[in-house]
Parts: sequence; C-alpha cells; structure tokens
Amino acid sequence: MSNKPLNHRILAEFRYDLPRVERGYAGQTLYVNVGDGSIAARPVDEGMKHTFTGGRGFDLWLLWQAVTGDTRWDSPENEIVISTGPLGGTTTYPGAGKSIVATISPLTGIPVDSNVGGYFGPLLKFAGWDAIEVQGIAGQEVIVFVDGDSGIVRIIAAPEEAVDSYRLPEQLMAEFGGDTPAEKRAVSSVTSGPGAEHVLMGCLNFSFYDVRRGFVRLKQAGRGGIGTVLRRKRIKALVVKRSGVRGDSNGPADWGRLERTGARMHKEIHDQDPRMFDMRGGGTTYITKIMNDYDLLPVHNFQYGSHPEAVKLYKSEFRPYFSLGIPNGCWYGCTLACAQCVERFELRTGPLAGQTVPVDGPEYETIAGIGANCGIWDPRAVLEANFYCDMYGIDTISFGTATAFVMECYEAGILNRERTGGLDLRFGHADAMLELLHQMGRGEGFGLVVGQGIRRMKAIFAERYGADPKFLQDIGMECKGLEYSEYVSKESLAQQGGYGLANKGPQHDEAWLIFMDQVNNQIPTFEDKAEALHYFPMWRTWFGLNGLCKLPWNDVEPADNKTAHPPREAAKVPEHVRNYVDLFVGVTGREDVREPADLIRMSEKVYNFQRVFNLKMGQGTRQHDRPPYRSMGPVTVAEYESRADRYDKQLRELAGIDPAGKTTEEKIAALRAYREAQYEKLLDAVYARRGWTPDGLPTIETLRDLGIDFPDVVELVQSRIGG
Amino acid sequence: MKVLQFDPTRCIGARECERECSRTWFKEENRDKSAIRINQEDGRYAMVACTQCGECIDVCPTMAIRRDKRGIVRIDKKLCVGCLSCVGFCPYLAMFFHADYTEPFKCVACGKCVETCPSGALAIADVPDAPLTKTEQRLARGEA
Repeated sequence: MSNKPLNHRILAEFRYDLPRVERGYAGQTLYVNVGDGSIAARPVDEGMKHTFTGGRGFDLWLLWQAVTGDTRWDSPENEIVISTGPLGGTTTYPGAGKSIVATISPLTGIPVDSNVGGYFGPLLKFAGWDAIEVQGIAGQEVIVFVDGDSGIVRIIAAPEEAVDSYRLPEQLMAEFGGDTPAEKRAVSSVTSGPGAEHVLMGCLNFSFYDVRRGFVRLKQAGRGGIGTVLRRKRIKALVVKRSGVRGDSNGPADWGRLERTGARMHKEIHDQDPRMFDMRGGGTTYITKIMNDYDLLPVHNFQYGSHPEAVKLYKSEFRPYFSLGIPNGCWYGCTLACAQCVERFELRTGPLAGQTVPVDGPEYETIAGIGANCGIWDPRAVLEANFYCDMYGIDTISFGTATAFVMECYEAGILNRERTGGLDLRFGHADAMLELLHQMGRGEGFGLVVGQGIRRMKAIFAERYGADPKFLQDIGMECKGLEYSEYVSKESLAQQGGYGLANKGPQHDEAWLIFMDQVNNQIPTFEDKAEALHYFPMWRTWFGLNGLCKLPWNDVEPADNKTAHPPREAAKVPEHVRNYVDLFVGVTGREDVREPADLIRMSEKVYNFQRVFNLKMGQGTRQHDRPPYRSMGPVTVAEYESRADRYDKQLRELAGIDPAGKTTEEKIAALRAYREAQYEKLLDAVYARRGWTPDGLPTIETLRDLGIDFPDVVELVQSRIGG
Repeated sequence: MKVLQFDPTRCIGARECERECSRTWFKEENRDKSAIRINQEDGRYAMVACTQCGECIDVCPTMAIRRDKRGIVRIDKKLCVGCLSCVGFCPYLAMFFHADYTEPFKCVACGKCVETCPSGALAIADVPDAPLTKTEQRLARGEA
C-alpha cells in the first residue's frame, strides 16, 4: 500500500487512565456505540466476577442487558462482545490467549459464542478492558481503535481501507503498528470481509503478527455469523494496541505457581506430543485419518462415515505445505502450536488467481467440511477454499456443511443447473464449490442462496421447487439454525445429545463423547450419558470463561494418564484438571476455589444463564433440542444398506424387531422409531441431571442455587413454566 | 563456539560453581538462582548447564533468544514474555526459572565458575559451531 496518510477523520474519542491489571482483571469493560459515537467505561465488580467469571460469561451478561426478546441480529441494539477472561493473557501455560466473542446470531436468532486465538483479547485486557461491547450501526465505514499505550479509544472514519481479511489486517498493521517486530506484535485486529456482507455465515478474523514469517496471521471466530454482524454495523475493524507484554502483565496473585505449572506442561508437550498426536507437526490435520478409520468422517453430507479416497486428505498430504519447526502458537507460550501455516500457496481461481498467498490452516473441520463432506478429495482445493473463506470472512464449517447439503439436493434432483445458475454442484466438483464461494464474495448468484444457511434454504427449496419439507428436514444438517460441525454422530446417542443440546447450536466444543460412548462403551446407561452430558459441557464451558483453549487439556496427556486412572476418570485427564485449578488460583488468588468441582460450578452459572437467554430470544426449550434425523440414523436406503449388518443387529437385539423379510424402507422406519424414542429418553435424563424441567428449562430452584435468580431471569422462566 | 565443560572425575561436589554463578548474576548465594547445577547420581557427580545447542532459539515466540558472535545463546530480556517454552523444550533441562523473575536464565559460558572450582572440574572449551537452527537459517536467508 502507499504511504500517503489515510483519511482517518476522528468521529469520537474517549480518554482514560490505564488501570493496572490485577489478578487477571482490568476491572472495567469498554462500551462503544458506533451509531451515536458514545464511548464509556463500565465497572466490573466482585459480584460480576463471581457470577460470570469472564470471557463467555461476561459476554453473555453484557449482551443480555443490551438486547430484548425482540432484538434481531441486524437490530442496532445487537452487540458484538469480546472478552478473554481472567486467565487470558497468561503466557506460561499453553493455550491461554483466547478471546470469546458473542452476539445475537444471524443464523440462529439466539446468542452464539465463538472461541478464537490471536492477540486481541489479551492485548485488550492489558490495554485496560476486560471486555469490549460494540453496539449501534455506523453511518459510514469505521474502525474502532483502542490505544492502550496512550489511553485513548477512537471511532475513526475509514473510507479507504480494504474490507477483505487478506489485505486489511496488513494495512492496519502498517497504519497502527510500528516498524520493529516488537511494535508490530503489539497490534491486533478483528476484521471480516466482503462475503460477510452478503451471507449470514460471516466469520471474524483475529490477527497476530508472526515475527519469523514477517506477516500477519489470522485465527477465526467462525461460528454463527458474527462477521455478518460486524459488517452490518459498517465496522471494517476493531484494532487494539498495547506494547510491552511481560510474563506478569496479567497481574497474577502467585507468579511462582504459574511458572512451575507452565514449565511442567511445556515439558510434557515436548515429551508427549510426538508420541501422541504430533500437533506441532501438523495441527489438527491428523484427525481426518482417525475419523475415517472409525467411520466418523462426514462424507457426502453426513450420509457415510468413511471413504476410500479419504487418504488424500490425511495429514501426510497437508504436511508438505506447512512450514514447521518454528513457533505456531496463536498466543505466547502455546507450545502445542497447532496453528499451522502454508507460507506460499499459488491460487488458481478467484480475484487473486495466479498470486502466491499465505494460508492459515487448514484445520480438521475445514478439511472434513469442504473436503470429505462435499466429496472433494483434493488438498489443494481445500487450501484454496480455506484461503478465500478467510479473505471473504466466511465460516468454513457452515460453508462446508451448507455446500454438502446443496450437493445432496442437487443429486436428489431438487436442484439442477438452471436452479443453481449454471453450477454443476454434484459431490466432488471442486470448481463448482469454489465458484459458489466466489459468488458469496461478490454477492451474486446461487451463492447468495447457500449463504443464508441450511435452515433458510430448506424453506426456499420447499417453496420454490416443491421439494419435500420432511426430506429436507431429515438431511439438512442444522439444529437451532446453525450448521453441524464435522463429526458423524449417528451411532453415538450421547453425541447426538452433545450436538442437539449445545446452547448455541451443534458445535463440538460443548461435548465430544463419541469415543467414550460408541467406541469404548464407557457410558452405557442413560444415567451415565446424562452425567457425561452434564460434566463435559460444563468442563468445556469453563475454557470459554477463562480465555483458554481446549486442546492442551486432552489433545496431549501425561504419559501415565491411562494407567493411573480408570477409563472414565482418565477421559477427564485429572492431572490437567489440577493444572487448571493451579492456574486459576495462581492468577486470581481466589481462596474459595480449591478443587475441580469449584470450576464446574462457575460453568453451571453461565451455562444455565445462556439457556435462559435462548428462552428470552424465543427458543431454549425441548423442541429446539431435536436434531435432524440424519444426525441420528440412516435417512436413505443407500445409507441403511451401507451399514445394514449393524442396523439389522440393533433392530433384532435392542428394538426387539426381526428384520427378516422386511424391506429396507420398513427397517429404516422401525429403526427410526426406536432411535427417536431413545433420544427423547436421553433428553429426559439430561434435563433431570441438570436440574431442568421436562421442557428443558432450569427450574427456579436451579436458578436460585446457582445465584443467577435475577428478577428478570426468574420472571422470564416463571412465565414459561408457571409457579 | 565457547561452551562450559565438566569433568566428573575431578568434581568433589564443593558446589562453589553454583554459589559463584548466582553471586555473579543475581548478587546472592542461592542454588535456585544458579545457571549451573551439580547433581549426584549413583555416586558420581553430573553437571546440568547449557550446551549452547540452540534448540531454544526455535521455540521462543518473540525471537528473544539469539546466538551472539561468540556462539553463546543469549536471552534478550526486553523481548522475553516469560512464557517458559524454552524451559520445557531444553533437551538438557538447562534453562532455569525462579519466582523472583519473569525471565528464565541460562549459562552464557562466562567462565566465573571455572575460576572458583577448587578441583579443576570445569573449563571453557572452544568447540565446533552448532548447526544453524530453523530460525537462524531463516535469518541467514533474510526471511525472519
């Protein structure tokens, strides 16, 4: 870009005294209204810390106060809230720099939370803010700049910068960063892209400067369309600047404790990662092989769980593209280093065809969603789509799952070339997939239809093309309006619940129970499954309250984890759970937190609050926890027959139905009746374990017990359940 | 490059080296603040101290660890963010930390301990340069 000064007219300015971060908290949150230009500091009191902890908890609490039950994603009062939590910004322990973002989702209409790497959240806290909430719709394109070095927040007119997340983060670095690597890594931005203006599945890109590679890297808050909300607000970027990060910038109560716990964990990763998943050598790409081996890899819109050509999407096919052997953490001190990078990739399609660009990723979800689920067994096509999704600001998971859905609709005759505007969207057609993506970037053609997400597409295809709504409901892999992430849950009842019950919609970051349930049979009864569907969602929620990444919890384990503990305990990785108690107490100094159950308690408060938040937005009850049947069992004859032995046996031994002499259609119907009844029993068991009513709402006693019985919360729940 | 070397047959376990090291760099006698540690294993003495192999250079996220002109691996405290990645990834467990400081510390082959060793068990030796690390290769190519 040129060096001429950009037209950065200051629209609003707010000056503040930089507070010291003490025990993981800056003690205030930042409110910015890009519509009317108001900027304010809001205090964080002890009650807020003890009830909502931070991160996702702070996000939801601030969002709850900003919106009403009538607020829609594009209403001015909707907010984007970003918070890292008290442990966020810790440098000694791997995976402790996450930001958690929340908004009312364009796809679901309820709150979505997304956990993302990059430096923004920690730098925001070190700039004096535990969270930023951005409200309003700007009258022109703006940048919100938080200058933590000078104590100034500005809303700046930004007519000249790019919108896309290929050029814009580098422009912002040049504008707001300095010349040295240390000055550059003091800046982080949140951007989206032109695709997010046209589709509902827009993502956010969070940046960090890579001192060795010499360019800005990106991590995505992918789920739920938060990028769409950012662009609706006419915000090109949120930028934070804070220089001089140190080991104790987070103001820990007991630095020595953090040192000991962190150094021990780094050593464990050094020793164990090469023996386990080798994330340092390939990120999450190793998962494709495991999922294919266990028949869990989504193939052709989740119809099947494996494919002979899946080997073309294994880690071995991506690893040669990665630059390895240097740090790949998305925050300081993450030695698990899963944020892989392709430094030079030549694009063959789209506006940058022929250019060589860096690609961040791909992650497993992108490979499985855009690759296997669409039958595209071509790593270069996956890399190309990964790049353009990030550049356009589009979530790779929703894009992959939605594209797989339209490909099945195409093959089923619901769609054809005429209806797709000329795109031959059969499974395996990489060029059509890429053109669909470019249409989203340009805002034209069939891309605009697919970009609305599966829930809306189902209605459109039924209305315009006379497609059978029941079939669309069965094969459309969304729940609550959010597209499924990339695991086949058909043979794991617990994981069906893990997806169906997830507060924001079917994302695996709440529960991943397939191995415990289906492969290792460790949770055979409904009570066992309900216990797992209480513990693990609460445990995983805790990471989002604290600015943590889930991966260092169980994607690496102590060498003796499986011999020192019985299997169900080993699945919790007890030594790492103790590390997290150490970390929390080491940072916050809280004397009331002593054992793992105290961490779970923090999550229960926020998780139940989020459930009630769903109710506030018109969902949050049992009917919204029912997934599409494709996630529970075989919809089509081909699906049934691909696993006929398994299904016949289940009919005979579990449902007490003799499959002999029955047509496949009859067997599908019998299996379906059995499995749907099982799912209802699972809901009953989980609701009881969580202290919820049979309709899936926290009881008043549960709200009181958790200390979230605020008058408006109680009134809302009471109005629904009576009493 | 210069490296601290140890002769276990000469060591008598006096630990003068540990005291001298912490005095030199931290102005107090405290084994926990020494960049050289003498351990006794099976009746023999063993030294833990940096070999200047440079593996830590490639794990430091801020490039705070570099090799100087003499081949000594050094930590730039201004750039260090206290993550201790280098501590966990040192193949010789020779990168140390202490609760009084946010930066780790290591042997820089200053030779003070050599002078104080009563039995001549320590020496500064000139050994062939270690192979370039990934980071150093990038620097040499002008890529980092």
